[in-house]
Amino acid sequence: MLKFPIYLDHNATTPCDPRVVEAMIPFFTNNFGNAASRNHPFGWVAEEAVDYAREQVAKLIGADPKEVIFTSGATEADNLAIKGVYEMYASKGNHIITCNIEHKAVLDTCKHIEKEGGEVTYLKVKDNGLIDLAELEAAIKPTTILIAIMYANNEIGTVMPMKEISAIARKHGVLVFSDATQAVGKIPVDVNKDGIDLLAMTAHKMYGPKGVGALYVRRKNPRVKVTAQMDGGGHERGMRSGTLNVPGIVGFGKACELCLQEMDADAKRLSGLRDKLETALLKMEESYLNGDKEHRLPHVSNISFKYVEGEGLMMGFNKNIAVSSGSACTSASLEPSYVLKALGLGDDLAHSSLRFGLGRFTTEDQIDYTIEQVTNTVNKLREMSPLWEMFKEGVDMNSIEWAHH
Amino acid sequence: MAYSEKVLDHYTNPLNVGTLDKSKTNVGTGLVGAPECGDVMRLQIEVDEATGIIKDAKFKTFGCGSAIASSSVATEWLKGKSVDDAIKIDNMEIVEELNLPPVKIHCSVLAEDAIKAAVNDYRVKNGLPEIKFDDSIVH
Ligand SMILES: Cc1ncc(COP(=O)(O)O)c(C=O)c1O
Ligand code: FES
Repeated sequence: MLKFPIYLDHNATTPCDPRVVEAMIPFFTNNFGNAASRNHPFGWVAEEAVDYAREQVAKLIGADPKEVIFTSGATEADNLAIKGVYEMYASKGNHIITCNIEHKAVLDTCKHIEKEGGEVTYLKVKDNGLIDLAELEAAIKPTTILIAIMYANNEIGTVMPMKEISAIARKHGVLVFSDATQAVGKIPVDVNKDGIDLLAMTAHKMYGPKGVGALYVRRKNPRVKVTAQMDGGGHERGMRSGTLNVPGIVGFGKACELCLQEMDADAKRLSGLRDKLETALLKMEESYLNGDKEHRLPHVSNISFKYVEGEGLMMGFNKNIAVSSGSACTSASLEPSYVLKALGLGDDLAHSSLRFGLGRFTTEDQIDYTIEQVTNTVNKLREMSPLWEMFKEGVDMNSIEWAHH
Repeated sequence: MAYSEKVLDHYTNPLNVGTLDKSKTNVGTGLVGAPECGDVMRLQIEVDEATGIIKDAKFKTFGCGSAIASSSVATEWLKGKSVDDAIKIDNMEIVEELNLPPVKIHCSVLAEDAIKAAVNDYRVKNGLPEIKFDDSIVH
């Protein structure tokens, strides 16, 4: 029996795994101590739990526990990495290279840096959502201090060539920061094999709680330092003050441990379901896959259904199925997704897109139901779409004279 | 943001979806918007030449649920109105009818503009001067 609503928006957030919640509960009540209280058992228990979680997190990304700084999530980790490096390495240079499909937490932080007098190069991704490595190398100058490229994109799921990016960075002595929020726990990420110096992650995209995340900061080859963005009690080796969110951190650690154990099996199962969904939906006329088919996360598919508008489309089934759309109508700004536009999609295709994000608890029945609902709604709305009618009649859309609006 | 019951009703069972023969002189067609802003509405009226009363209205819309609902309401209201009364339909009446939230007001403006464009198309076809409307004001 299907239970509604069905959740297929796992790139926005994931449910907490019940095993994560179970691990957290004692730290709200009995073990409520402050991890910074050094002089009594309440503090010791909390500190021990945080240390254990730090090991669990570090292990998932192949890091040393000392290299993990807990934060309130990926937004804070992105800010700390970019602003922290910019300030710490000011004497070396002021130039940062990033790309135009980064999350707003990175892009807006870079905008902030520009206001402060820094210089930022925004590489344009290719039509498949990946950056051009030659362009990256050409953008490096003597003043470049940081390359900030996301591991995997949140809207289209494409995975960037991190090893190649870091090899170029190494050659020129530039640090690499990666917002790996969407990748960690879903595909193997290893800061040493991938050559990453700073890496942002968040618990709520990997079946952990909201409001907790981490920044990985390399301690060896090279030793990287960031200027703190939050002043106070000097927690987290002075890089991030503030009483630690002990239950959240415990949950984050448990979530990482589970991902390490189950990632391979989950990825295999989910890519099977994703392919089933995608194949069925791409069978429809005038539907297009966005992003790269090879280099991408196993559980995401972003598809444009030309001639129907994304929000109107979601309305057909969003009582029962939760997905998201790049359509302008869903955004407060009435602008379609900048990520899809960066791939060179016209407004019409960007407007017509749906993102399906599968997760650990997604079942085949849910996918079958989704295929049926989406197909029916697309067909129904196309019957209602003047653009579909014109397309079917062979009218060239560019030749239409629109009444003034 | 949840949709109002009425938007959902019109979205699920839209009234007057379809196409009228635009080559007929008593049919006026308004096509407004552009794919670039996400909304495209085509609204058509068929006028009884003897009485000047709109006897049928049809639409097709590419847009959000509120745009579809606005076209459904607009076409329903047009039937039985004179061409002159048709252009008095104000988008804010649609907003009220459907309980549209502020971000969705422009979807109702589109319906108002589509009505005006359809009426003008009908007038031009029948040798009447085009009416100049003020630019739509998004309330
Ligand atoms: C790529 C990426 N970076 C950063 C964030 C922000 O994460 P958080 O919600 O933990 O601040 C998200 C999530 O929306 C994301 O997908
Ligand atoms: S048509 Fe885009 S918000 Fe209504």
